[in-house]
Amino acid sequence: MELLRSKLQEFGAARTLIIMFLLLLLAIALAVGISPVGLLGDSLVRLGMNGVLVLAMVPAIISGIGPNFGLPLGIVCGLLGVLVAIELQLMKFWAVFGAMAIALPLALLVGWGYGILLNRVKGSEMMVATYVGFSAVFLMSIGWLTLPFKSPESSWFIGGGLRVTVSIMDRMGKVLNDFLSFNIGELVVPTGLLLFFLILCGLMWVFLQSKAGMAMKASGINPRFAEASGINVNRNRIAGAILSTVLGAIGIIVYAQSFTYLQLYRAPMWMGFHAVAAILIGGATVKTAKVSHVILGTFLFQGLLVVALPVANNIMTQGNLAEITRIIVSNGIILYALTQTRKGGAKL
Amino acid sequence: MIKMNQVIKPRQLGVKIKEFFVSRMVTIVFIAICLLCFRFAGLSFTFYMRDIINRLSRNLFLILALIIPVLAGMGLNFAIVLGAMAGQISVIIVTNMGIGGFPGFSLTLLIGLPFALVFGYLIGKLLNKTKGQEMITSLIAGFFANGVYMFALLILVGTVIPLTNPVLLLSRGYGIKNTVDLQGGLKYSLDALFQRPLPQTLFYGGLFFLLILSILLLIKKMYIKKGNGILISNARLIGYGVLALVIAVAGFLLQRSDSTLNTVNVPIATFGFIALLCLFNMFIVRTKLGQDFRAIGMNQHVAATAGINVNKTRVIAMVISIVFSAWGQIIFLQNLGNLNTYGSHSQVGIFAIAALLIGGASVTKATVGQGILGAFLFHTLFMLSPMAGRNLLGDAQLGEYFRAFVAYGVIALSLGMYAWKKQIQSSSAEEIESDLD
Repeated sequence: MELLRSKLQEFGAARTLIIMFLLLLLAIALAVGISPVGLLGDSLVRLGMNGVLVLAMVPAIISGIGPNFGLPLGIVCGLLGVLVAIELQLMKFWAVFGAMAIALPLALLVGWGYGILLNRVKGSEMMVATYVGFSAVFLMSIGWLTLPFKSPESSWFIGGGLRVTVSIMDRMGKVLNDFLSFNIGELVVPTGLLLFFLILCGLMWVFLQSKAGMAMKASGINPRFAEASGINVNRNRIAGAILSTVLGAIGIIVYAQSFTYLQLYRAPMWMGFHAVAAILIGGATVKTAKVSHVILGTFLFQGLLVVALPVANNIMTQGNLAEITRIIVSNGIILYALTQTRKGGAKL
Repeated sequence: MIKMNQVIKPRQLGVKIKEFFVSRMVTIVFIAICLLCFRFAGLSFTFYMRDIINRLSRNLFLILALIIPVLAGMGLNFAIVLGAMAGQISVIIVTNMGIGGFPGFSLTLLIGLPFALVFGYLIGKLLNKTKGQEMITSLIAGFFANGVYMFALLILVGTVIPLTNPVLLLSRGYGIKNTVDLQGGLKYSLDALFQRPLPQTLFYGGLFFLLILSILLLIKKMYIKKGNGILISNARLIGYGVLALVIAVAGFLLQRSDSTLNTVNVPIATFGFIALLCLFNMFIVRTKLGQDFRAIGMNQHVAATAGINVNKTRVIAMVISIVFSAWGQIIFLQNLGNLNTYGSHSQVGIFAIAALLIGGASVTKATVGQGILGAFLFHTLFMLSPMAGRNLLGDAQLGEYFRAFVAYGVIALSLGMYAWKKQIQSSSAEEIESDLD
């Protein structure tokens, strides 16, 4: 009994709760006759789609700047990359990887500045990051209206400014999803998408085992001790911010090609929150994170949303139950994580 | 004691002036932006006054609800969103009863109270668990509560909670409508109670203010002996006196002229409510409770050793703030005239906080005056920037994004400045410590 309790504690009360909720929803879904294969397929797509954005949390948390609520900074870099790719008339793989190549230097620069800023506000990173992210969204909204993009795909015919949602189906839609994609019965496996996500996860894992990764971990766990052992904590934090921003930029490109629409203006505002919630559900805390937390957390969080949507639509036709579930679960889990920080970052 | 009348050397004066401007940087920049916007918005002064008085009357109460948690060292209370929800629940209940006018308004305040007390207590408890991260916690708590609020009003009402009024319910039979019209009910239930044209208000207001000042002067002359503390300094007394006189004279002259300002009405009852809150905020600082707030705001450990129940005092500060924000939201809605059930509250925290910060407040210091100045500047910007955007660049959307950017940006800036200052302080304290070692 004691063993069971300690095991359960290690696994975390909140996570257990979420999994139970997911199972309950799943049971209802099956009871009302929703195809489990379809749900699994959707979950896989969503895992690959959102995974990179969630992976962006790992370097931020590890380096000690906490969950990166300022993810919109990286996201707008990625969006800019895609828009430039459209402007340059790139197609298919060229468009996806071209967009990434364009976004990369931007994200490096933005992440570097962001890291310097976060070094100045130690102790209040989360709050400052949240509002820096929000203001970046609106600053770029002004940008979307005024930047001289000319391609008829992305801008309005009359007047200036970019469309609120830009369709990129023909240019780069589902390029990664369809790469090497195969069917198992009715289940469509988006191989390229998952492969890309898992390769990035693998690279992150390798990085964390390397000397640089270890130094970054050390400066996150105990900055004073790390400083005393000759690690430049501030530089590691900047590196963490840069990595996180770059992954945010790549993440939104992966997301957009699977979604087949580019969402501009207010859309990136809450993406940071969802990514934070996902990694916390996976078992990370505001001080520790692993690559496994990313995979598990994204799968659970997105799975929950995937299952909640048809269930909610089945129970009540006009309700926004799925949206409500997302708000309650994502913010509830962040709130819970915040109450745990003082206990030395106990597991969720 | 430092002699006050010592001659200030030119260099010192320069430093002082620099300090004055640096510490009020944000406010000064905003005054400049507001003036620019006014220049380009192409708006008549009368129209501007009408709108700004309206906006001040409906937003000031919410902004002033933020002050007490700042005093108690809990930072900017993003959780006033919860208070706003309490206010909206109460508005829905009273609309369901079909009571309007001032009785309806009073009832709304009363019904909102228990909700706000409970919410305030819960959020206070939560913030005691997350000391040092109060602001991010209150922000996320607001988002979380929004989900629960949506669930309650969209799903539970009509199914679990018995409410049948077809004015409120969606056509499907459960859930509250997206917009609830308060016309004929709570709309203008406070504003319409007592309103007068602006010039008349200025005239009598100026006279009233002069009266208060002369009473203060009298008290000062008769009861307060030298060195026994000062109620109000002579310079201030004279300054305020001149200001009140100018306002009264301006009001008098305008009343006589055929200026269009005579058509602008001031909801005096609403401003009376706001004045009461101002007085409460100023008064509470002088009580035992207010001193406790300040003590824990400065240093919780010292306060605890001095015998103050820190956690309890923090919960009280939170409850007061949430109750005021609930009432503030009710005042806001009665002026607006319709309730956007799932949206009216969501931006409340951000706008109120941005306004307070623009007035020159910070995470650790906020006064009533800063709240009023900030409300004035923020809402000027809010009103004018879409028009200025349209006139300057042919797109009103641009101005809207600009004002949203400003609201979020000013919060980011001021949080960043605060954290940076704290870091510098703690590192210099560390240096002193290590020197002592």
